[in-house]
Amino acid sequence: MKLLETTGLKKYFYELPALNGVEVHVEKGELLGLIGPNGSGKTTFFDCVTGVLRSSGGKVFFKGQEITHLKPDAIYKMGIGRTFQLVELFPQMTVLDNMLLGIQESQGTMFGRLFKIKENGNRKKALDLLEFLRISPLKDEYARNLSYGQQKLLDLGMVLMSDPELILLDEPIAGVNRSLVREIIDHVQELNEKRGCTFVIIEHDMPVVMNLCERIIVLDYGEKIAEGGPKEIQNNERVIKAYFGG
Amino acid sequence: MNTDRVSEKRWLRPLTGWLCLLAILILPAFVLKSLYMLYLASLTCIYIISATGLNLILGYAGQISLAQAAFMGIGAYSVGIFAVKCSFWLALALGAIIAFVLGLGLGYPSLKVKHHYLAMVTLGFNIIVYLVLMNEQEVTGGPYGIFNIARPKVGPLDFTSDAGYHVLIAVTTVLTLFVAYWILNSQWGRAFKGIRENEIRAEMLGVNLRNYKLMAFAIGSAFAGIAGGLLAPLLGYIDPTIFNLGFSFYFLLMVIVGGSGRFEGPFIGAIIVTILPEVMRVAERLYFVLFSLSAILILIFMPKGLTTVWDWLFKKVAGREAPQLTK
Repeated sequence: MKLLETTGLKKYFYELPALNGVEVHVEKGELLGLIGPNGSGKTTFFDCVTGVLRSSGGKVFFKGQEITHLKPDAIYKMGIGRTFQLVELFPQMTVLDNMLLGIQESQGTMFGRLFKIKENGNRKKALDLLEFLRISPLKDEYARNLSYGQQKLLDLGMVLMSDPELILLDEPIAGVNRSLVREIIDHVQELNEKRGCTFVIIEHDMPVVMNLCERIIVLDYGEKIAEGGPKEIQNNERVIKAYFGG
Repeated sequence: MNTDRVSEKRWLRPLTGWLCLLAILILPAFVLKSLYMLYLASLTCIYIISATGLNLILGYAGQISLAQAAFMGIGAYSVGIFAVKCSFWLALALGAIIAFVLGLGLGYPSLKVKHHYLAMVTLGFNIIVYLVLMNEQEVTGGPYGIFNIARPKVGPLDFTSDAGYHVLIAVTTVLTLFVAYWILNSQWGRAFKGIRENEIRAEMLGVNLRNYKLMAFAIGSAFAGIAGGLLAPLLGYIDPTIFNLGFSFYFLLMVIVGGSGRFEGPFIGAIIVTILPEVMRVAERLYFVLFSLSAILILIFMPKGLTTVWDWLFKKVAGREAPQLTK
């Protein structure tokens, strides 16, 4: 079943095409890798799918429903969560409050939220997830006091709070200590296998992408130049040329 | 049985806190002999309401507003104009509602512009309200203002005396603070802080920026409307010059000096900004210079406001971080 599909997705920054008719589909339950040299349009693709940027052309469908011009908050509530290349947290809020903000807007009405004070259910879920991510001792710490790797885990935890069907990870292990890299990869695999979460992962660490993803899409200058399994991608001449030139 | 006792105690502590606050705010009505000192106490309570409204907009939701005086003017003129035609309470409620609705309208630019651009928009709104109050003479009395604004009576309760009216102001202050406390401890408070901390990320987690920003502006403005509505009978006379731009900066000073984004911040700020100039009057002509200098020094050495002192003292005495009153 196609969970996400983009048809002819375009994004121009003035005359410069960042995405030029990109066609991507994501199957439910898969781990899809999205790679390409710097400036190839990977993050722009995420921005257009999640509504951060308004696309210049083409369409985005989620579970068969068009979401092209929806706002980011509406897209999140539909079930698409996302992390960022440079972690985006709420630094002066505690780890627990960061987590709770990840779910509160997906529940009930705005007026109803005015009378939600205790949040026992959400609190338990947040603590369980923090336990799963092994950062539960930091629950009362301000997010700004966490190490970069811990912030990356919190970033992922916030997204997981609302049980999104599709999670877009933008360089989840970039700048992270090697010991934490294994942990993040394990978490992603576990979430995929046990909870059935679907992932699209942007990553520059090729061995990680090749081991983790079943299917990989390669972008270059805003265009899709290759798609296939890890072996296929490694031997693709256009991909080699895009990365190494010549 | 045990659970009942625990939940009973859970309610008891905050209730005691609120009753203590009420007692502290009412106290001046019974102990202060000087009418001027009592007037200052009443004024401080009114400023606390308005500054708490601004703190909600600026400190929690992270949106700048330089129109708090304008909304106080709207509340004050509502009471001045309508209290004689209907009742003080209806006029007070009407002032708050008008401020709420206009606050919603003023919140719209915050969806498009930020920081100093938004400050300019709200500053412009303050000037517009000032000009309307000044020029619509048939309704507002223009530069002559409105005289003899009466204080209310409710059955046997007479609030016309200075002490009686102070009690009314103190009770309203506690009620409005409780409303602010409730809002900021609900999920709205967390959403407001989320917008302040990282607007894009908040939106990516489902926070509807438009709704929350508009509500922050509307509620903060309604607080100013209530404060203005209480101010009119306290002074007995209002004119447009009271609600000028400088008055809005005064509230900004209260929030920042007290501690922006802290519930107790405007409380401390309002007391300091009202009392400090009075204390400094001993310096005669230099008092305003000294007051401004004090404000500058506080901002330089305590950029997070005077709550820093409270936090430091608490840590020194209790050996742990001071508890936050809101999420």
